[in-house]
Parts: sequence; C-alpha cells; structure tokens
Amino acid sequence: MSNRSGRDPLGLRRAMSDRLLQALIAAMALLACLGFAAARGVDALGERWRLGAEAAVTIQVPDPTRTRIALALGVLATLPEVADANPVDPERLAELLRPWLGEQPNLTLPGVIEVQLRNLDADVALIGDRVAEAVPGAVTEAHGLWVGRLAALAAAVQGVAYAALLLVGLIAVAVVAVATRAALAARQESVAVLHQLGATDREIAGRFARRAMVLAVCGGVVGVVVAVPAFFLLARLAQPFGAEVTAESLAGLPWGSLPWRDIATVPLIAGAIGWVTAQSVVRVWLARMP
Amino acid sequence: MEPSGAVVRFDEVGFSYPAPGGGHGPEILRGMSLALDDGSFTWLVGPSGAGKTSALRLMHAALRPTRGEVAVLGVTIGTAARRALPVLRRKIGVVHQDLRLLPHLSTFDNVALPLRLARRSEARVAQEVTEMLTWIGLEHRASARPEELSGGEQQRAAIARAVVSRPALLLADEPTGNVDAAQARRLLALFAEMNRLGTTIVIATHSEDLVGRFPAPMMRLERGRILGHGA
Ligand SMILES: Nc1ncnc2c1ncn2[C@@H]1O[C@H](COP(=O)(O)OP(=O)(O)O)[C@@H](O)[C@H]1O
Ligand SMILES: [Mg+2]
Repeated sequence: MSNRSGRDPLGLRRAMSDRLLQALIAAMALLACLGFAAARGVDALGERWRLGAEAAVTIQVPDPTRTRIALALGVLATLPEVADANPVDPERLAELLRPWLGEQPNLTLPGVIEVQLRNLDADVALIGDRVAEAVPGAVTEAHGLWVGRLAALAAAVQGVAYAALLLVGLIAVAVVAVATRAALAARQESVAVLHQLGATDREIAGRFARRAMVLAVCGGVVGVVVAVPAFFLLARLAQPFGAEVTAESLAGLPWGSLPWRDIATVPLIAGAIGWVTAQSVVRVWLARMP
Repeated sequence: MEPSGAVVRFDEVGFSYPAPGGGHGPEILRGMSLALDDGSFTWLVGPSGAGKTSALRLMHAALRPTRGEVAVLGVTIGTAARRALPVLRRKIGVVHQDLRLLPHLSTFDNVALPLRLARRSEARVAQEVTEMLTWIGLEHRASARPEELSGGEQQRAAIARAVVSRPALLLADEPTGNVDAAQARRLLALFAEMNRLGTTIVIATHSEDLVGRFPAPMMRLERGRILGHGA
C-alpha cells in the first residue's frame, strides 16, 4: 500500500520539486561548460604559441666565416637550454630577404643561426652573452618574445576562466543551500517528527541530499545539452588557430575538439554539489535538536 | 548507570526553556525527582501549564535537563552523546498532545513510520500495520490522509503509530483530548492492554475525570514541582 509515499515520508518530491532550482542549475551548468571550453580552448592555443616560440631565437653572425659560424655552433652545443642550433643556408637567407632588399649581389649578409630552446623560460640574454664572448659581434634576437607574451595572455585568460568556474560552483552551492532551507522550512514539523521517532541525522539529511542530487544532475544534463551548440561555434572560431582539428570532424562539426570529459563531469559535479550542500545544510539544522 | 528496574528516573531535575533574548528563561521544572518501575502505569496530573508536557519531552530526549539528571532505559539524557539518542527514541512510543501526524502521508504510512525507520521488510510492515489498524479500529481508513480523519480517528492513528513498534516505554500527552467519553474509555482500555503486555506507560492529563476511570499510581505536578504521589 502507498509504497511510493512510504519512500518519501517528508513529501520532498513536492517540497523540493522546484523547477527554479533545476533551471538555475542548468544555467550554471551551461556557464560551467563554457568556462571549461574557454579554458581548454585557450590552453590549446597557448600550447601552439609556445611551440612556435621555441624556434623564435636567432643569432646573427656578421662576417660569417666558416670558423666563426663553427665557433658559435660550438658554444651553443655546450648550453643545456639549447635543444638544437642550425645555420640557415645563405641561399635560403638571400631568398628570404630578396623581397625587402632586392637583387644586391655585393651585399654581405650576416650568417644566421636558428636556435631551438628546450623551453621558453630559458635566459636568452645569457645565451647571447655566451655566443658574443666567443664570437665578437654576434647578435642574439628573441623575436619570439611577442609570441611568449601571447602565451602569457592565454594563461591569464585561462586563469580567469577557472576563476569563473569556481564562482559558478560557489553560486551553485548557494542556490542549493537556499532551496534546501526552503524545503526544510516547509517540512519543519515532519522533520521534527522523524527526529523524535528516532531517525538519525544521516537518514533525514540523506533524504534531502538525494533529492537535491537528482535535481542538480537533471539540471546539469539540461545545461550541458544546451551548451553543445555553443561549443561547436567556439570550436569553429578557434579552428584557424588550432589547425589539425578538421581531420576529426564529423558531419562538418569538430566533435573531436570539444572537451567531452569536462562536459561529462559537469552534471556529476552538479550532483555532488547538490548532495554535499543539502547534507550539510540539513545537518546544521538538525544539530539544533538534542 | 541504571539501578534496579527503574525505566525512568529523575534526580533533582530542573528545566528552563531558552529565553528569547538568549540565556535561560524561568525554571518551569524545579527539583523534580521520580522513579518509574518497569511495567508500571503512571498518571501524571496537574493543571495546564504545570509542566507535564515538558516532563514528558525530557523523558523522550526531545529536551535535555538544565540541571539534575534524567535517565531513561539506562541512558543518561543530560550527558549522552547526541548519536546515542536515536536508538533510545526508537524504544519509546510518544503520543503528542497535538498528535503530529504527517499531513501528506496516509494513515497506513503514518503508522508504518517507526517500522520503516527500524528497517523492517515491507511484508512485515504491511502485516504489522494492518494488524495494528484493525486492533484500533482504523482498518477501513488506511489510505485516508490525516485531514480526512475525524478528531477521534486522528487520535487513534497517533496512538497506533506510538505503539506499533512495541516500545518499552509509552508516553501519552493528553491522549483523550479530542474524543468523547466513550472513545476515551476505549483508548484507556487499549493502554491498559499494552501495560498488561509489559509496556511501561506514563499518561499526562489535566482531566481528573479520566484518572478516575483507571486506578493507577498518580503523580501530581504543580508549577514544576511534584506535590504528591497517590493512587
Ligand atoms: N517551547 C516553550 N518555550 C518557552 N516556554 C514554554 C515552552 N513550552 C512550554 N513553556 C512554558 O512552560 C510551562 C510548562 O508548560 P507545559 O510543560 O506545556 O505544561 P503542561 O503540559 O502541564 O500544560 C508553561 O509555563 C509554558 O508556558
Ligand atoms: Mg501539555
């Protein structure tokens, strides 16, 4: 007989059916998805920029005799920061400069060495000093610096995205707390009766927590579903910077470029926030009773 | 802790509700001492405001004494760990003055609450609740909600919920408040039957009329003090 209400002695399905809670959680799940997408997207871009920047150090050797170039390469080979160093072929150099300089057979071009760093944080000035010591007049240029700055900007944007995610999480906690308190207030007398009949805090709080968790997971799923079109848009915008994603595209959409793992965790995180928040709100409330 | 046979023991118990502005209000139980033996039946009488309800609430650990000591079924209420109290409460049946049936549950589910809290199987719940409802004459009202029941039926449902799990101690606060004389007699017979089966019973009432119908030890409470014991 009436098994269903037996499982819901507090009538929480009505006291906490709040469509508003679900809608708010859905909105926050959507925001969280966008936050993740932004953080991951920027991460991918920043990674590419960093890769580009690694090749961004060049050394110019005026009066590029064989010995001077060899000397410079010898110094570079001893430096741990340097991953690789290669002289640029004079022919290729001339080719590169022709649009700017025109045909000038008499102009002596400096020798140019392209240096690849093991990581971008290496002290370029130190490398320059070492090479200049051995080969007077050698000039080291790190024109990859602006790329490094872009990477730093990307990191900052990413930090902001994570901060926004944290904020969304905190607001979700607040929203669930308010909804739980409202349900508690609506069922205050019933909660007191269960408590008096010998229900433990765990049993009572568990009922609210399960309800909050179900609502939050459902809201989270709705938010994620709404977020997917936005992802495709973002992914498409990022495509020219990211390259290579087209290989994985399916039906013209860049499925592979979306942070599916993060997106899938959003409803789970929402559920966890719902459960933990409702548990603590109800337990704090119950602690007032002996 | 528990000396021979006393199911409930009060030792110089004082109690005051918290004052609205913080701290304690006036003491409404003042130096109450008593001992209720296992299997006893006790009337707790006194005028309205004497402190009967508060004394019963101390007995089922809804309140903790502000001084003195309350021991129920071997548990010292004043000092017991909070997590030890639910187990104690499950051994005590309570009929509240205001009944406190859960409004959104059927009579059946209200009466089933203590059994489900004790994690009995649904088959046993069905059997025991149906038995209980038949005994108390509410079997035809099993699926009705409290608001659909008459005052007397609500009272019986509240009593059924209090006794369905066969508590060792039954506390009833003005349990005949909403019923006519004939109903009151029936309920009293029910309590007498429970008592004969071994349950320790305390009934608080301001009606000397009711007390006259079932001779048992009587404790008279006035302004938070026990004035006398009698029969
Ligand atoms: N929750 C409460 N807060 C403050 N005072 C209370 C509360 N409940 C009862 N009282 C006071 O305690 C005294 C005893 O009340 P109560 O125990 O209900 O007596 P009785 O059941 O004998 O009528 C009364 O003066 C009453 O006003
Ligand atoms: Mg009273």
